[in-house]
Amino acid sequence: MLGAVETSGDFAVFVARVAFSLKRGVRWDVMGPLLVEIGFRSIGVVLFTGCFIGMVLAVQAHMQLAAYGAATRLGQMVNLSVIRELGPVLAATMLAGRVGGSISAEIATMRMSEQVDALACLGVSPIRYLAVPRFLACLILVPVLTVFANFMGILGGAIVATEIHGIEPYHYWQHASESVDLWDHLMGLIKAFFFGGSIGLISCYVGLNATGGARGVGIAATRAFVVSFLTIMVCDFFLGLFFARITPTMSRLLSGGGP
Amino acid sequence: MSSGSIPQTDGPATMRLEGVGVTLGDNQILRGINLNISAGQTLVVIGESGCGKSVFLKLLIGLVKATEGRILFQDQDLKLLSENRLMKLRLKYGYLFQSGALFDSLSVEENVAFPMRQQGIHSETSIRHRICESLEDVGLPPSLWTRMPSDLSGGQRKRVGLARALVMQPAIMLYDEPTTGLDPIMTGVINDLILKVARSRPVTSVVITHELRTLATVADRVLMLRPLPRLEPWEPQVAFEGTPSELRQCGLPVVRSFLGGHGIAEITAGSDSSTPDLTHQAEHSHE
Repeated sequence: MLGAVETSGDFAVFVARVAFSLKRGVRWDVMGPLLVEIGFRSIGVVLFTGCFIGMVLAVQAHMQLAAYGAATRLGQMVNLSVIRELGPVLAATMLAGRVGGSISAEIATMRMSEQVDALACLGVSPIRYLAVPRFLACLILVPVLTVFANFMGILGGAIVATEIHGIEPYHYWQHASESVDLWDHLMGLIKAFFFGGSIGLISCYVGLNATGGARGVGIAATRAFVVSFLTIMVCDFFLGLFFARITPTMSRLLSGGGP
Repeated sequence: MSSGSIPQTDGPATMRLEGVGVTLGDNQILRGINLNISAGQTLVVIGESGCGKSVFLKLLIGLVKATEGRILFQDQDLKLLSENRLMKLRLKYGYLFQSGALFDSLSVEENVAFPMRQQGIHSETSIRHRICESLEDVGLPPSLWTRMPSDLSGGQRKRVGLARALVMQPAIMLYDEPTTGLDPIMTGVINDLILKVARSRPVTSVVITHELRTLATVADRVLMLRPLPRLEPWEPQVAFEGTPSELRQCGLPVVRSFLGGHGIAEITAGSDSSTPDLTHQAEHSHE
């Protein structure tokens, strides 16, 4: 219990140091290659995941809706689920494993081989040089990759609905476009933004505090994924509760209906 | 000097430790260390494994914080410096890590250029000139300059680490077990490099070592530490502090037992004879 409180306090100090370092400017020379590397390397897995989320959802939802004679509403169900919930959560989960694990293992290896200490000895802040660019890269890339996942999810769902279940494309897209508004997209992207920040911060923190040689690197990569995944779930729940309260107001505002 | 300002050092730095103690977690590592390190001096720190030598070195550069006492760099208390100011102060230090601690995603040249680029030196001509100067100083052949750290031997990695540490012309050089894991020829080469740096540059040096040959070659003063778990609360952790010749004559049982007969002979041989330049010999043996 005491250990958990101590770790939480230590993590809060780390987050404050990252925030403070942000004020000193961003190291674009470090961040540029990271954006390309993380984004480019993750796009395949995100597209694949997104496509299958949509397809699986279409198969499952069709069974339910067909029983009530509402199969043409499949587009509405698939698209809302993908955009609001499954796209951001599953894209972030994939990236927690793919990117978070890699960030954590890389920094942990640098910690074990004294490269992190070497940075500090050369007058370079490890927080500013290692953690800030990776945190920002995750913060930017998770929402961007979520857009790709959503797109593929919608496409995958549409293919299953129209090609396998034989739903008329006009009806499918008609219901889908009527039910999804700008606020639904924003909800998903705000969630992705929080998920990305959590993945970046947790992975860097775990990597920088790794101990124990080669085994420690493995433990750090696994821990970064597990803690990021749990944080995504908890964050998703509380953001969901919050969005449920403000959705009527936000939808009205964004559709030009006034307060 | 106002608290928090970065001390000016045009020459070698002085350091002073006043009643310094370090506790990491539940373990006390260092206790009651009082020490003056004079400008231009080479201090060699010896002692059994686990006596806190590496922690001592990290204390001097602020990587480990003292839990008791204070550490003064040019009369400036390291504890009073903000993290940002401590980072700036560290530019006056050079640190050679036991493993070299080279950045494994950068080539030899890029590793040496790294501190200059980080400190805003953008002139490629100036960077190039200083890379060549530093790598030539440590005797690394140009054929190795474009290699990655993983393609270098242990001795070559340490030489690159030394070149990187020296490129910003530090006022104090810290060496963490510079000869550990090296063959006798390469040990001689690294010892000679430490001596060359101490003699040719305005720099104060602190060397952590297990090697009595290193002590014999480079030391102006010697500090011997003892592991705290073996000491009673009233026993001092510093077993010896003095010159190498005083160490040779020291009759304390704990010092005699650590050095042994062979060790005494090594110190005598090392301090009595001039150390041959083994750089070229080592080049041939490693290529």
